[in-house]
Amino acid sequence: MSINHLELPWLVGAPPDFRKACAALSPGDADVGARVQELASFRLTNTEAGALGRAIERLRSGGASLKPLQPFKLAILPGATFDMVAQSLPAAAARSGVLLDVVLAQMDQVEQQALDPQSQVCRSGADAVLLAVDHNWLALAAPAHSAEDAQARVAGALARLKNAMAALSAHCGAPSVVLSLAVPPLPLFGSYDRQLAFTPRRMIETFNVALPELCEATGAILFDAATLANMIGTAAWFDPRLHHLYKVPFSTQAIPLFCDAFGRLLGAIRGRSRKCLVLDLDNTCWGGVIGDDGVENIRIGQGNPEGEAFLAIQRYALELKARGIVLAVSSKNDDQVARQPFREHPDMLLKESDIAVFQANWQDKPSNLEAIAKALNFGLDALVFLDDNSAERAMVRRALPAVAVPELPEDPADYPATLAAAGYFEAVSFSDEDRTRADSYAANALRAEVLSRSRDLGDYLNALEMQIHFSRFDAMNRGRIGQLINKSNQFNLTTRRYSEAGIARFEQGDAAFTLQVRLRDRFSDFGMIGVAICCADSEAAEPTWLIDTWVMSCRVLGRKVEEAMLAAIAQTARRAGVAILKALYIPTSKNGMVSEHFDKLGFARVSETGEGERHYRLEIADYRAPALPIQNLAEECEKLSGALLNAN
Amino acid sequence: MDQSAILARITDVVRDELDDDALALTPATRASDVAGWDSLAHVRIVVGVEQAFKVRFATSDIARLKTVGDLVGLVQRGLA
Repeated sequence: MSINHLELPWLVGAPPDFRKACAALSPGDADVGARVQELASFRLTNTEAGALGRAIERLRSGGASLKPLQPFKLAILPGATFDMVAQSLPAAAARSGVLLDVVLAQMDQVEQQALDPQSQVCRSGADAVLLAVDHNWLALAAPAHSAEDAQARVAGALARLKNAMAALSAHCGAPSVVLSLAVPPLPLFGSYDRQLAFTPRRMIETFNVALPELCEATGAILFDAATLANMIGTAAWFDPRLHHLYKVPFSTQAIPLFCDAFGRLLGAIRGRSRKCLVLDLDNTCWGGVIGDDGVENIRIGQGNPEGEAFLAIQRYALELKARGIVLAVSSKNDDQVARQPFREHPDMLLKESDIAVFQANWQDKPSNLEAIAKALNFGLDALVFLDDNSAERAMVRRALPAVAVPELPEDPADYPATLAAAGYFEAVSFSDEDRTRADSYAANALRAEVLSRSRDLGDYLNALEMQIHFSRFDAMNRGRIGQLINKSNQFNLTTRRYSEAGIARFEQGDAAFTLQVRLRDRFSDFGMIGVAICCADSEAAEPTWLIDTWVMSCRVLGRKVEEAMLAAIAQTARRAGVAILKALYIPTSKNGMVSEHFDKLGFARVSETGEGERHYRLEIADYRAPALPIQNLAEECEKLSGALLNAN
Repeated sequence: MDQSAILARITDVVRDELDDDALALTPATRASDVAGWDSLAHVRIVVGVEQAFKVRFATSDIARLKTVGDLVGLVQRGLA
């Protein structure tokens, strides 16, 4: 056994006065949203989660702003008694940065709710609908009569789900969330169950294999409950007693884990997953203290059990980097001493080039974490800090509650499983851009060197030899477009989120104009870094486009890409006969950096509401594209605007 | 553990679950006498009592529960 997932060992236990602290939250408190997230970050029993959930509901109905939590309305269609889960979910969601509003339908009313456009769920305005059904509801619990019968039953279960998903998509426009199924620990034969098609084990596993394909085809989101059940063991997952008594679908002791993992999924949908792993070095990445023991005496590498444990940590960090998680280092050491193992120790898997920001000095860790976030242009809530030293962990938690700091077990052999189980880097999509993202931070270091040799900014930008690529949305890039729209928080003018199904509708004509932007320079290819959606404003007197969505990756800030995007939009608009571009800035807790975006681009500010929403317009006839340091801009604008005319 | 100590601990659990620190229970109290003690709260209370005393009740015993006194008796047997 490594760690006990049921106990959420990466979280710190709640203080004894937790319920009082929840009751004390008041809608008028400053930063009450951040305070809620802090309370949610403890390890909570179902009772404690319920208390915090009630407090969140009270604050919400009291009209409190719970920023930076991101609102999400989840409708649940349960096949069994899901109330306890529903009560624990809002607290767990707040842990992942989500302000959750749950609409729980009556038990076993899936079709009645899904197929009726006037039902409670279809009219709820939900952002997603969870189909909380298990093997019992899907009629996969009892053995089939034959292999053919088993096949028909699995197909029937999938068809039943698909039917409900299609109706929900049509009636409430919301994607479904579906669950993979745990196999109850009730073998008929034993090992032979796996070889016989009609056993529940085989039927459920066949279902679980088909489920991701169904999700891929329909845009549904998969919550892998089966893997959670397997991690803790299905004997602990299922509780037949509570099922017989109250139709509770799985053990109440698994509810905190289920909710924590589900909260992370909601966080990932809302773009709140973490982006950077900050590693301590001594006794976290190798055994021993480099400053005392010297490079020849630290424990790292094969042939020494302790050294292999640290190797496993490095390997997991590198696997995370390969899927796009940025690595950084924060260590109390002299810089040159801390770098020595990276440079000289033959068994180190981590190399200096893997580390985007290397902070080795004698300042306190919170200051270093702030410096890392600043250097990467991330919020503190993008960071995870891994440190074996409990005093350092406590200090960072106290000073910077937005940074995730997992508790770690005594034995470094259990560090990778603990970090993995905490699920800080949950994702609901993955693209080629993700693979290269971590490396592009290394390329940034090279750019910094070019900058140091450049006389001024214009000189520097020209030296980067940037090449841009514009095109309209297409099915092939839908996944990455969805990521940018749903994960960008800072450079996002309206923070409107669209599902892949919604994006597909823009491709098919719901938008007057869609734009995806790619950029590369002499050091690296950034892939897709910008997206814009313009909708025709049918109420305007003159032909008008309204910029509904404009997001950009912060990796390309300060490179005049926004000016280039406007040049593309304006030239296309002009050729399409559009006279006016209207635009909108909707403030959030995260997008202050673009509050003047349209002012800087030369739009006229028309009005501003009390909430700080700013409305702009630009007369196309007055717009002149500026000279920009992007080598192929004119050709790309010409190609894009010409293609638009051909398409129409 | 005597019956009054068990009752006091059960009262703590119910207060936590129902978020009501003024709540008082006697052996004769029935769920229907207590505001908020509905069927859903009942599941949470039964599971909460099991966890508080580290005991496990049988399905049939839970199904037969009528009063807080019955619950005290179940805990006492579980601890024996």
